[in-house]
Amino acid sequence: MSDSFTVTVEGSDAQFSCPDGERVLIAMERQGLKPIPVGCRGGGCGTCRVRVLSGTYRTRKMSRAHVSEADERAGIVLACRLIPESDLAVKFAGA
Amino acid sequence: MALTGVLRAGFVQIRVLEMDEALAHYVGHIGLELVDKADDGRVYLKGYDEFDRHSIVLREADAPGVDVMAFKVARDSDLDGFEKRIVDFGLTVDTVAPGEQPGLGRRIGFTLVTGHRIELYAEAARSDNGPFIENPDIWRDDPRGMRALGFDHCLLYGPNVAEVTRFFTEVLDFNLVEKVQTPDGPIAVWLTSSTKSHEVAFVEHPEPGKFHHVSFALESWNDVGPTRHGITRGQTIYFFDPSGNRNEVFSGGYSYFPDHPTRVWTPDQLGKGIFYYEKELNDRFLGVVT
Repeated sequence: MSDSFTVTVEGSDAQFSCPDGERVLIAMERQGLKPIPVGCRGGGCGTCRVRVLSGTYRTRKMSRAHVSEADERAGIVLACRLIPESDLAVKFAGA
Repeated sequence: MALTGVLRAGFVQIRVLEMDEALAHYVGHIGLELVDKADDGRVYLKGYDEFDRHSIVLREADAPGVDVMAFKVARDSDLDGFEKRIVDFGLTVDTVAPGEQPGLGRRIGFTLVTGHRIELYAEAARSDNGPFIENPDIWRDDPRGMRALGFDHCLLYGPNVAEVTRFFTEVLDFNLVEKVQTPDGPIAVWLTSSTKSHEVAFVEHPEPGKFHHVSFALESWNDVGPTRHGITRGQTIYFFDPSGNRNEVFSGGYSYFPDHPTRVWTPDQLGKGIFYYEKELNDRFLGVVT
């Protein structure tokens, strides 16, 4: 097991490390980076909606108002609830 | 009694994603008391300075936000009077049976043009853990966390603030304390039924039924640390619960009486109205809702 994973945000220059078990948006903010917009940080508002392009991950519960079951199957998640299990590439998906 | 009809914001039922996390926040951090975990999964909370059984109801759901905000009225007969006036205004009124929430009497409910469900009720069981009433000590147990006294108000986002203002003032006898006025009408309003600067506020927003924040009263902003509103002049801090519902702790603000004029802001000064010192709004404050 790796102690941290590398997260790449497509469409920006940003690449940052995310400690094992940490949520992507929180890791991004801790490093002073802003490639993904930050909203409520709790899976509720949909501001940080991203598409995972590659990598494995798990999520904590996210608002169904912003991520449908079909979205989830297509790799759409909220970065504030996204926990990497490998290096990840994500792209900001908007509302 | 000088204060009649609608007394105050009585309870709000909020949806949360994960109950355990929500309770750690609302009980541990905000400092509310855990009243009851009901069989249907809803959890009932109150502030230490509230007499009624509960004021905050949490319901675990697949999306956060607000189910219903309810106002307490002075007498059961007020419900009949308001029902007639609400129907005359053009809204459909339904009834909620006594005991649907433990300790509450019958409620009447309706949906505003902004998409929010509002209820009125008169009867609420007295908490056995409320403020002392005989030679009262200041509190029963040491306050916890942010030491919230209780539920203060909500800010709701939805369409047609002009009409919802007309409803609250003409039908529920609220007063319009402050507003942000554009040439096309109000885009934000602060409404009260009491001498508090607001019991509920609305902001114009295209999507109906959205929840901007629930606010808890603090005895003193020293308990958390302030910024300040120009509007209401209250001291304030905003933050989010673990499901992304915005919370506020609020203290102070002026007292309102029905003979006071409405204070009016222009949209170009709204930054100062919301964040008096920073004089600047940010996208997160305006756009992030559940």
